[in-house]
Amino acid sequence: MSPITRRGALALGAGLTLTIIAVDEGAATPAEADAEIAKFTGGKAAESGKIAIDLPDIAENGNTVPLSIKVDSAMTANDYVSEIRVVADGNPFPGIVKFHLTPMAGRAEVATRIRLNSTENVIVLAKTSTGKFYMDRKVVKVTVGGCGG
Amino acid sequence: MAEKPRLRVPETAKKGEIIQIKTLVAHPMETGLRKDDNGKPIPRKIINAFVCTFGGHEVFRADLEPAIAANPYFEFTVQVQESGTFAFAWTDDDGTVTTAEQGITVS
Repeated sequence: MSPITRRGALALGAGLTLTIIAVDEGAATPAEADAEIAKFTGGKAAESGKIAIDLPDIAENGNTVPLSIKVDSAMTANDYVSEIRVVADGNPFPGIVKFHLTPMAGRAEVATRIRLNSTENVIVLAKTSTGKFYMDRKVVKVTVGGCGG
Repeated sequence: MAEKPRLRVPETAKKGEIIQIKTLVAHPMETGLRKDDNGKPIPRKIINAFVCTFGGHEVFRADLEPAIAANPYFEFTVQVQESGTFAFAWTDDDGTVTTAEQGITVS
């Protein structure tokens, strides 16, 4: 038997077509999201805890999804949350926003409105001025995607 | 940008109080992924940066990507120690900068 049968070749072709369609739709993969996370942390491990993510469980309109983030931090001059990175694993691009904070904030609390393309994970990372990283994630079910076609 | 940015900053605060600031600027945040009726891609045009300063010092900054919803909205906090002026600036992909200011009296 030859290594590539006709049926095998057809299946392979179908697989390729599917891949091309997926690329065309342009959704970020979890791997791309992981790469974005690694870019932020510089490959350092992120601890869990400290972050509270407020997102709806179900977003009927992916065009505008309210997101608020609280990071447990005293926000003193010596130890404060300096950056908060938001990433998603099902949008055309994994990055959503990056916040830069200063001790003047008093509290590490931010809110905005984001776009989500489909049911996906929203990942929030926090970096402290002491070089620590924290990470948490929340899955949002999206009824109507917000990235247009 | 014709429409003025909307700001919510308390007019007064006590020294050391942590106040909340809310801002909204009118902008379509065109992602660059959509196509027009003729199937031509609509070029990306977003607000890519937002900065808030107090007395000239940066207190909050955001790097925006196309996944920020139209009419970018932000909420954040500032601990105020003295009276002064908050300045806000939104930078468009085309280089246009929209600015706004709001003073606060701290006692």
